[in-house]
Amino acid sequence: MMLPDPAATGLARVRKIEGDALGLRTPAFAPTEGAGDLLEVSLGPHHPSTHGVFRMDVVLDGERIVRLKPVFGYLHRNHEKLGEATSYLGSMPYTDRLDYLNSMTNNWAYALAVEKLAGIPVTERAEYVRVVLAELSRLLNHTCLAGFLMQDCGCSGTPLMYAFREREKILDLFESLSGSRMMCNVQRFGGCRVDPSAEWLAATRRLVDGYGAFLDEFEALLSGNEIVMARTQGVGRLPAALAVNAGITGPMLRASGVGHDLRKVDGYGVYPRFNFRVPIGRDGDVYDRYMVRMLEMRESIAILDQALRDLPGGPILDPKAKQRGLRPKAGEAYGRIEGPKGEIGFFLVSDGTGNPTRYRVRAPSFVNLTVLEDLCLGHTVADAVIILGSIDIVLGEVDR
Amino acid sequence: METPEALRDRLLARFPGASIELVPNGSPSAQVSFRIGPAALREVACFLRDDAELALDQCSNVTGLDVPDREVVETVKESQPGAPGGPPVVTERKQTRLQPGHLEVVYHLYSVARRQGPVILRARTGNRTDAVTLPSLTPVWRSCEFQEREVFDLFGVVFEGHPDLRRILMWDAFVGHPMRKDYVEPDDYEWEPTPHGDVLAKARRHYPSAAAPGAVQPSP
Amino acid sequence: MSDAPTAASVPGPISAEERDELRRHGILLTSVQELYNWGRSHSVWPLNFGLACCAIEMIAASMAKFDIARFGSEVFRPSPRQADLIIVSGTVTKKMAPHVVRLWNQMPEPKYCIAMGACAISGGPFKQGYNVLKGIDRYIPVDIYIPGCPPRPEALLHGLVELQEKIRQQPLRGPDAPRHLRSDLPCDATVPELGATDIEPPFSPDVWKPPTLVRPDKA
Repeated sequence: MMLPDPAATGLARVRKIEGDALGLRTPAFAPTEGAGDLLEVSLGPHHPSTHGVFRMDVVLDGERIVRLKPVFGYLHRNHEKLGEATSYLGSMPYTDRLDYLNSMTNNWAYALAVEKLAGIPVTERAEYVRVVLAELSRLLNHTCLAGFLMQDCGCSGTPLMYAFREREKILDLFESLSGSRMMCNVQRFGGCRVDPSAEWLAATRRLVDGYGAFLDEFEALLSGNEIVMARTQGVGRLPAALAVNAGITGPMLRASGVGHDLRKVDGYGVYPRFNFRVPIGRDGDVYDRYMVRMLEMRESIAILDQALRDLPGGPILDPKAKQRGLRPKAGEAYGRIEGPKGEIGFFLVSDGTGNPTRYRVRAPSFVNLTVLEDLCLGHTVADAVIILGSIDIVLGEVDR
Repeated sequence: METPEALRDRLLARFPGASIELVPNGSPSAQVSFRIGPAALREVACFLRDDAELALDQCSNVTGLDVPDREVVETVKESQPGAPGGPPVVTERKQTRLQPGHLEVVYHLYSVARRQGPVILRARTGNRTDAVTLPSLTPVWRSCEFQEREVFDLFGVVFEGHPDLRRILMWDAFVGHPMRKDYVEPDDYEWEPTPHGDVLAKARRHYPSAAAPGAVQPSP
Repeated sequence: MSDAPTAASVPGPISAEERDELRRHGILLTSVQELYNWGRSHSVWPLNFGLACCAIEMIAASMAKFDIARFGSEVFRPSPRQADLIIVSGTVTKKMAPHVVRLWNQMPEPKYCIAMGACAISGGPFKQGYNVLKGIDRYIPVDIYIPGCPPRPEALLHGLVELQEKIRQQPLRGPDAPRHLRSDLPCDATVPELGATDIEPPFSPDVWKPPTLVRPDKA
């Protein structure tokens, strides 16, 4: 499978200022020797800009970070152990609570892994509905991320207000479909639990049609904003080779210039039927990570357009597909999809009983944090905050 | 990508002394894996990463597996000479044998450059108590750093050559490895009359008085 | 006024109905207690403190659609020293529990606690986890419990209104006076320590007791 030419992916829209207009850009890191004592600061676990109960042990030389060790586990709620103690279907609602902004993609990744493990075919209509829900979830996630990132930049209020205004619109759709705003628990093995009605699809169509206008407004506010550019450009550069080696996935990897999107690479579900581009960045800095997500939302709108147009009829779930009491043959399977934060995968080992003997969640936020220290070295604490914001973590998934 | 059998043969040709075997997978996913002896694990990993055809440049997922000791019941047939001229008398005897357990680490490798995968590596420890050391693959793939720490924390596999092997999810003073099958959780439940048998049994252990008939409901 | 003797003709505290009647005529009568509680109840500043999924709904409650500012509580303070209310929004793990209790101890009196969501109340869906605290009320006195997984923002607003009502009802004197006006009640909660297998102590006896298992009528 081939990707479109990077030049054609809309990268030209990534605007750059070459000069340092406000004199805010971080100079190269040069540790001073013997200049004074180092200061050790613990950021978190209660810190308003760590996106939850995340902690960073930072060593500072003056304003510059010379060491940064992330500390995990403050939200380690034993997801995997509980998954091994419950049935295959019983884990589905728990996956909602992994990355609690994107229950739709978590459900899908888990359903995909079980479908691989047990060899369950998925109905055609469900494949399209899954795409619709996953792309809505991606819009929601990226919009909120942009809002939170701007909050981290010190732009308190407005962008996050706009983002949450749009989030409510998407959540209204999720709620009317599934009955719950955040913990939707929609996917089942071989299909979906609920079938969207014509009214729901029409409402989704209206939202999708209007979302581009919102993005225009949002980008007019942020993308060319001089302060945003000064704060984010050149900060937290991630080289492509390190990104691949460190297992970085999702928009963060693509911002470093690697055109790797599982929707294209694995072509799971019905994604090969849709025409969309994979935006990639050039410098791999915070701004590129922000911009790639903005461009990705435009592509999501295109996918949603096509999926809603082509949505076939038919059953949403094969009534014969076993849900309760599913006992896959002994064996194992690793299923992964392109979640909004990166590759979310489930590794399941079955011994032929009703519970998996091993239930492992490969969480993108967790692996993406591997390079946090590399990105932050030499920057100030204020930059570390926006670097963390641009990685896009959710602690429910990091600590599980 | 080449078939797993071809890859195994190529690896065996490249590493003649190494223990490399193909582990079949009974599920429809058909994701077979390679069990590599710990001695050659890191060289094999480096080879897989640098090989031009495979270019497995990303280690996506690192997982621990716990296989506890278990008793295997075997039927042993013994034949003794029977009556003269007749057939020998075959007696069947059941004997139990303790199959020692082990810990296993599973690596899922993918190639971003060549868009292929997964190639799955597994490595086994000698047992679950004192021989739990395996070579770390963090020097090969940075993505293993936190995930191997997690396997160390929750399963107790010690990774040799890991730059920073500390507990990651549990606190430092914690004793034990909670993801092991024989880990006993702190018994800090309240009584909850749920239909889940295990929870019920556990609650009864916690509150022996609740086990008596007629006195099972907590007062608010 | 009718000729029948009313409560007003007898010396003593005036009733709420009479006060309302006077207010309709433009005469404002109040008590220190009422004024004090009225002021406190409409300026409850929450701690900017999110734990898990519920924190997202807490943020949503403070955003445009639900607008917690209507109830005077939009001022989320990052520092516990400036906060009146801790909303425990999400799963409290054992690793996190000492930090939550310490934050509570750092808040100045009068202070209140809302346990938002099933996890903060009891451990919720993660109750059987080895690293999950089975309810924050084991260490902190909880004023309002909001069930849900996660509760909707409206539920949080409802919980806040209930808390305001609770604050308005607090007498300033006597045995029912709140903690901050009494010298005989401890203000600090017991901060648990991270032990070898569990947190020590597993609960604070001052605020929580394990459920009794025998019905009072059968004891």
